[in-house]
Amino acid sequence: MFPQPKIEVQDLRLSYGTREVIHGISFDIREHEIFGIIGPAQSGKTSLLRCLNRTIEFTAGATATGSIRVDGQDVRKLKNVYELRRRIGMVAPLPVGLPLSIYDNVAFAPRCAGLSSRSELDGLVEQCLRQAALWDEVKDRVDSLGTKLSGGQQQRLTIARALSHQPEILCLDEFSIAIDPVTTMRIEEVLKELKKTMTILLVTNLTQQARRLADRTMFLWNGEIIELDANEVIFSDRVKDRRTRDYVNGFFG
Amino acid sequence: MSAEHFTETPFGRKKQRTEMIARWFLGGMAAAMVVPLLLIVGYIVVQGAPSLSWEFLTTNPRLGGIRGGIWSALVGTLYIVAISLCVSAPIGVLSAVYLNEYAKDNWFTRIVNLAVVNLAGVPSIVHGLFGLGAFVYAAGMGKSILSASLTLSIMTLPVIIASTKEALSAVPISFREACWNVGATRWQTIRRIVLPNSISGILTGVILQVSRTAGETAPVMLTGVATFKAIESTGLFLYHPIQDQCMALSMHLYYIATQANNAPHSLPFGIATVLLGVVLLVNATAIAVRAYLRSRKKW
Amino acid sequence: MPPCLTHPTSAATHAKPKRGQVGVLIERAIEALIYLCGFSAIIFVFGIFFFVFREGAPFLAKLNLGEFLFSIDWFPTSQTQAKYGVGALIVGTLSVTTLAMVIAVPFGLGAAVFVSEFCTGKVKETLKVVIELLAAIPSVVWGFVGLTVMSPIIIKTFQVPIGVNMFNGALLLALMSVPIMVSIGEDALKAVPDSYREAGIALGATKWQLVWRVLLPAAKNGLLAAVLLGVGRAIGETMAVLMATGHSVRIPHSVFDPVRTLTATIAAELGETSKGSDHYQVLFLIGILLFSITFVVNLAADLIVKGIRKK
Repeated sequence: MFPQPKIEVQDLRLSYGTREVIHGISFDIREHEIFGIIGPAQSGKTSLLRCLNRTIEFTAGATATGSIRVDGQDVRKLKNVYELRRRIGMVAPLPVGLPLSIYDNVAFAPRCAGLSSRSELDGLVEQCLRQAALWDEVKDRVDSLGTKLSGGQQQRLTIARALSHQPEILCLDEFSIAIDPVTTMRIEEVLKELKKTMTILLVTNLTQQARRLADRTMFLWNGEIIELDANEVIFSDRVKDRRTRDYVNGFFG
Repeated sequence: MSAEHFTETPFGRKKQRTEMIARWFLGGMAAAMVVPLLLIVGYIVVQGAPSLSWEFLTTNPRLGGIRGGIWSALVGTLYIVAISLCVSAPIGVLSAVYLNEYAKDNWFTRIVNLAVVNLAGVPSIVHGLFGLGAFVYAAGMGKSILSASLTLSIMTLPVIIASTKEALSAVPISFREACWNVGATRWQTIRRIVLPNSISGILTGVILQVSRTAGETAPVMLTGVATFKAIESTGLFLYHPIQDQCMALSMHLYYIATQANNAPHSLPFGIATVLLGVVLLVNATAIAVRAYLRSRKKW
Repeated sequence: MPPCLTHPTSAATHAKPKRGQVGVLIERAIEALIYLCGFSAIIFVFGIFFFVFREGAPFLAKLNLGEFLFSIDWFPTSQTQAKYGVGALIVGTLSVTTLAMVIAVPFGLGAAVFVSEFCTGKVKETLKVVIELLAAIPSVVWGFVGLTVMSPIIIKTFQVPIGVNMFNGALLLALMSVPIMVSIGEDALKAVPDSYREAGIALGATKWQLVWRVLLPAAKNGLLAAVLLGVGRAIGETMAVLMATGHSVRIPHSVFDPVRTLTATIAAELGETSKGSDHYQVLFLIGILLFSITFVVNLAADLIVKGIRKK
């Protein structure tokens, strides 16, 4: 008997104006697992993440129905949406360095949440930069501008920012698009460590990445779940849907 | 094959000729604006030179304005510009923040934008009528510096809103999204990221408005600027902002040029020179501020 | 930096901070202020209409709209039979504006094309700065220029008796409207996609042919908006026309006749009226008339501009 899932999605439908992009999907995500989401472009993967942390609300004309429960509570009914967003770390595909120093980039979220003690912030900043595999490269220049870092460094800075508010759930949306393979590998190592303390949603275009990291993977196509199963099934001959096998093997993208 | 080879046909030569003519013609049109400007400014300065001196700038006008200097008019202009900007800058900036950061894409927002455009197009004399009806009479402030300043502040509001909006929208949306993703509220995002990074545009817009406000005549002639006030004292504190009327450079120029008798020939030219000088100085400051802050861009 | 943990540990290493109540309240107050300022433009527009209307409203009872708008008998100070026909004033405004646009449009759009398509680098920057400075000159200075500089030149060059007339005012208005037209016109030309330019060049067109046959037609909406905004500016201008168009309330027969505009009339005559008198109220009604005209013109221009900027 599995304990209560960390995230329960039930019958989620999302429309941008009159165009429906997610057609009533339901699935669970368990605590402390890496949950992979694969699928071609425009399948609703990013929209799904944005529904989770409710940043979808910033898009004019977006309406969602159904429920997303985190620890049993429907997130769409929560009053303090900022609290929710602090429980969820979000890493967007394109690296974004805020026009602040590296230190302030990582200290941004805790400060907004009310943390002001310099010593606590120092400790938190260092920890997050280490977790993002960035500390060694920037420890001598944490006061320099975050926007002047390279693309790969900015992506790790984004990850550090996502970790700075100590989320229970970490969402990564095609995080390796703008970074080199070596850095990607380092971050993948970090993710395997982080799994012990949080639940990770990994949206990725690189099916091999999902294969390496995820415990279970969901194949999302055109807003519908084609298949969801343990990695041993999805990435093997035991895969149930022919479309999943074709996608995993690169016959369409 | 060289390029010349292609133009050796009669048609090709004609094309080249038309091109040259067009270039010179259009350039001439641009020059037609620049040259008169320089000539006119030059003429004004030359004609006004006999009046210009340190005393001219620092002594008060006498004898109905036709003798003495222009100090109290300069100070009056300073008062009304400063007070009007103290009102219109905060309201304008916050208004633009609303429009760019909070307003949803619905009919209400469209009406607000319409109102801003409409406000921008109101003739200056109609602003003067409004100031007369609203501040001088209805609010009982009488003709005073305060009435004139408030009238001007409503007039400068739309331009501050427009330039602030432009400065705010120059901040990439990816910054805002990054802030929302970590749980920052709208205001936290604005206060910590958006506003500090649009300050150069906002400042430039406000400074440019200073120059425009300093030159306005119609709204203030009805609401609080007098053609002449005999003032003995010197220094900056010549007027009581709430009760007094004041003199202003723009009105002084109008009066001396059209109604004063026996004014020396160079006097109105001198006033015009000073007014142009003030405007030029402020605009140059705005351009310099914009260039400096742009060089320190953080992304 | 204080020593700290080198291994990532559980999420509850640091205590979860909480925002102070005061902080949240201040934020709510600031946001309320922002919303209020957001509405302020609407409040002010209604306010302007309301207070101007209020001062002029009592006269409406006696007003014959047809006579008001179309009669050219403007005798507000007559003791026996005061007449308030603004027909001649409307013609004054329209004539000066039209003549100004006839002069300004070719120059303004020509300069816009020149700056946008034929200029680069330092020349472009300098030209743009100069045009910006042209826009910064206060209208009272322009009026002064018209009165003292242009007037004698016009008298001498065209052999006419009076130098303050429609032509003088139109020249000034043209110089004042050109910067707006150049700026918006430039935006309109910039908004034409580069693909148009590339296609034209690939077909062997010269710069001029490109402009004349491809860019101008493509940008015509924006250029129209630029002209409309120039018109709006010209109609609403007060000081320059007050000082440079003369004082004659008559239908002009030549461009060198003095005229009077709606705006100049208010500025010139309000000081001589007593509060609440008929003359006073009529001047406020002229204000409402002006308000309505410029509203329509600016609305039209804005709708067109929004169309281009969206692209």
